[in-house]
Amino acid sequence: MEVKICQEAFNPLQAIQDYQAALPSATVKFGATSIFIGTMRDYNEGVDVQSMVLDYYPGMTERQLGKILDIADQKWEIIDAYVVHKVGEIRPDETIVLVAVWSAHRGDAFDACRFIMEALKSTAPFWKKEVLGSGQTRWVEKNTNGYKNA
Amino acid sequence: MSIKVRYFASLGEGLGRSENDLEFVQGMSVQDIWLLATSGASIPDNILAAVNMEYADLETHVHDGDEVAFFPPVTGG
Repeated sequence: MEVKICQEAFNPLQAIQDYQAALPSATVKFGATSIFIGTMRDYNEGVDVQSMVLDYYPGMTERQLGKILDIADQKWEIIDAYVVHKVGEIRPDETIVLVAVWSAHRGDAFDACRFIMEALKSTAPFWKKEVLGSGQTRWVEKNTNGYKNA
Repeated sequence: MSIKVRYFASLGEGLGRSENDLEFVQGMSVQDIWLLATSGASIPDNILAAVNMEYADLETHVHDGDEVAFFPPVTGG
């Protein structure tokens, strides 16, 4: 399992392919791969957003993400998991986060992937600062529960 | 004998600093660190704290050389 904080823009599909290719052949017994890719929107709370800066807590962020993967590994039958998160400046259509989980079965893969993503959203020390279309900046104050109408 | 205190995101911006060192006093808690660092300002309800990069309660005792961090709710992903 691995956590990666990425200063540069990354291609999530390439990242999955590269990581999977490096898995030891003895562990390649997965029948299910569940993937979440989070992409930056060009709007938030009804306002145009032209870019964002993602701040984090070097050291604690990696440690917290590692803990989340350990919990997922204990709770579900997973073979491997990989998290990549962008930091620094990011623009619309660029990938913010990738979560990939490999398992023998889809239930464990889906559930662990969802768990990792939700735990990241609520506990991993990252903070978004938006640069609005007007040029003004604002900090995102909290994450939502992930549903449009909730 | 000192504690390194760090402030992130909007909190650090509001305070006008990202870190500072405080003198360690035996028996200090995370809350004591906040009060000392902010000259007694009340701690916002939603502020999170960590000691040595692990989430901590306000009542957690700190030790000489610890790193204490305060930050707003996280918004990654």
